Amino acid sequence: MSGPEKDTTMEKFSTLTGIAAPLPLVNIDTDMIIPKQFLKTIKRSGLGVNLFDEMRYDRQGNEIADFVLNQPAYREASILVAGDNFGCGSSREHAPWALLDFGIRCVISTSFADIFYNNCFKNGILPVVLPQDDVAKLMDDAERGANATLTVDLESQTITGPDGGTIAFEVDPWRKHCLLNGLDDIGLTLEKAASIDAFEARAAAERPWV
Amino acid sequence: MSGKTLYDKIWEAHLAHEAEDGTCLLYIDRHLVHEVTSPQAFEGLRMAGRTVRAPEKTIAVPDHNVPTTPGRENPDQMPEDSRIQVAALDTNARDFGIHYYPVSDIRQGIVHIVGPEQGWTLPGMTVVCGDSHTATHGAFGALAHGIGTSEVEHVLATQTLIQKKSKNMKVEITGKLRPGVTAKDITLSVIGATGTAGGTGYVIEYCGEAIRDLSMEGRMTVCNMAIEGGARAGLIAPDEKTFDYVMGRPHAPKGAQWEAALAWWKTLYSDDDAQWDKVVTIAGEDIAPVVTWGTSPEDVLPITATVPAPEDFKGGKVEAARRSLDYMGLTPGQKLSDIEIDTVFIGSCTNGRIEDLRAAAEILKGKTIKVKRAMVVPGSGLVRAQAEEEGLAEIFQQAGFEWRMAGCSMCLAMNPDQLSEGERCASTSNRNFEGRQGYKGRTHLVSPAMAAAAAVTGKLTDVREMM
Repeated sequence: MSGPEKDTTMEKFSTLTGIAAPLPLVNIDTDMIIPKQFLKTIKRSGLGVNLFDEMRYDRQGNEIADFVLNQPAYREASILVAGDNFGCGSSREHAPWALLDFGIRCVISTSFADIFYNNCFKNGILPVVLPQDDVAKLMDDAERGANATLTVDLESQTITGPDGGTIAFEVDPWRKHCLLNGLDDIGLTLEKAASIDAFEARAAAERPWV
Repeated sequence: MSGKTLYDKIWEAHLAHEAEDGTCLLYIDRHLVHEVTSPQAFEGLRMAGRTVRAPEKTIAVPDHNVPTTPGRENPDQMPEDSRIQVAALDTNARDFGIHYYPVSDIRQGIVHIVGPEQGWTLPGMTVVCGDSHTATHGAFGALAHGIGTSEVEHVLATQTLIQKKSKNMKVEITGKLRPGVTAKDITLSVIGATGTAGGTGYVIEYCGEAIRDLSMEGRMTVCNMAIEGGARAGLIAPDEKTFDYVMGRPHAPKGAQWEAALAWWKTLYSDDDAQWDKVVTIAGEDIAPVVTWGTSPEDVLPITATVPAPEDFKGGKVEAARRSLDYMGLTPGQKLSDIEIDTVFIGSCTNGRIEDLRAAAEILKGKTIKVKRAMVVPGSGLVRAQAEEEGLAEIFQQAGFEWRMAGCSMCLAMNPDQLSEGERCASTSNRNFEGRQGYKGRTHLVSPAMAAAAAVTGKLTDVREMM
């Protein structure tokens, strides 16, 4: 199934080669990714400077030198390799907006929280779930900094490390299709308006109190 | 063929379209909207020239960002960015013709308290909101979950969500609870047992005698924190308590429609031979009043326990525990009941309902707080009014609590209700994440009765000693 060109609003994701930053902490929540004081915006843009704000800056706004994204090797990172259960907590889509605005297009972990995982696909970010051993290997690669870029190929569903080794990953075919083509799924759903109309008519008869 | 779970039944009743690859369009009966996660969605609609498909099924209320101090209708009370966000919701509600409860309306409150209170939430419905605690509505046997802003826009435009079905998980709490143990202790104990990712990929149905014995308010507390266990949604099958709660509410069905609805609602339970992908069973008798010691909702222990050591854990949790203990300023081996508290917060969509305020007031009656500050933020204007009528507000105020207006307040601390650096809070809210209640603030999650007990003694306290 393919969507019409007019519904292309999200940046496409095909192949990404970039520096991977290691963030081994487990249970990184969306409050950590973007603290609440930055949710007062009515825009989607401009949040990258506040990504991981309270881990990244001190109270005076100075960078905390040992935080990974402040280290010279990782300032241009476009991939995160993270601990288990990344993105748990609040549903705030400001979390993927902040990641995207910083330049992160792919996050790799053993597991993601459900809502965050969905939100990534709506914003052209690829979340990759891999077994513990593979994540550990990529974490080691990431710790080698700028000398260790990864290549993420969505079409072939592979990640290639700096030593040439390749890891395969799974992704839902529909989500892959939308990400590869940068499709806006509202437009695609509206093409099924007849099904929605029919459902509403049926539901109105069966459950008129709703 | 095996039987169906409650989740299976609600899912099938809302399937508007299913593609060959299993991608489904799920029809949404109720869409709740608040000021923080909706402005970009409405902006998206405008930019694409789209409308709200079903404004009559869409309900908006400002809650996350609003001040909770009296006189707040005056816009000068709000910082400019908050004012702009609330004003945007005012405008969007008016422009798109959706139901709206502004700050000046006594029915305003936390969206997950307003929905059930007004009868918008009914058994067997699909309910979504751009807020993870939408799971609350599962207490009615409604399939309810949080969504991101792009999905808010998708629901506004199409009244559907693109979904894949989750797996079925049963959490059974058998037998009776012991005195002093509440719904909050159940839900925290479940997360303590399963971990914050234990429910990832699942919809949980809570069942068992201890769940049946809970009031609707207690059931909402349990389902509210399903998301903290990683689940997409939490559900409890509707029963007579559910129907009694719903009957007569402003937007509940009436007359013949009530009878028709009731007949369907009574079919909403999991069949005896339903298939479960995961089952967790906890004996109600084994649950104690609990507190959290760390910075994840899975860091749960009975109040009688001591602070754990990082070495007590495995894998990535060792480093996470070390970081949590450092952040929380705690030492392994320290008794949890020796931890001194600066602040007590009673409120939130987890524990901001009338029953929660009654439980806290029961402990506080005739006593005075020993903490530096304590506040009660009722979950809605109607909860506040009822608490005043019942004399609870007076008990709180005489004990030294601030008596606030309705909103999310210090649960996420977007408004001025925040912890300062190092300030330690016993909180009835749902998240103890780093910085959640204020930069470097320290949160211990507890039940309303436990929060009240901590307020009286100035330390985390076993409420059973005060009963």
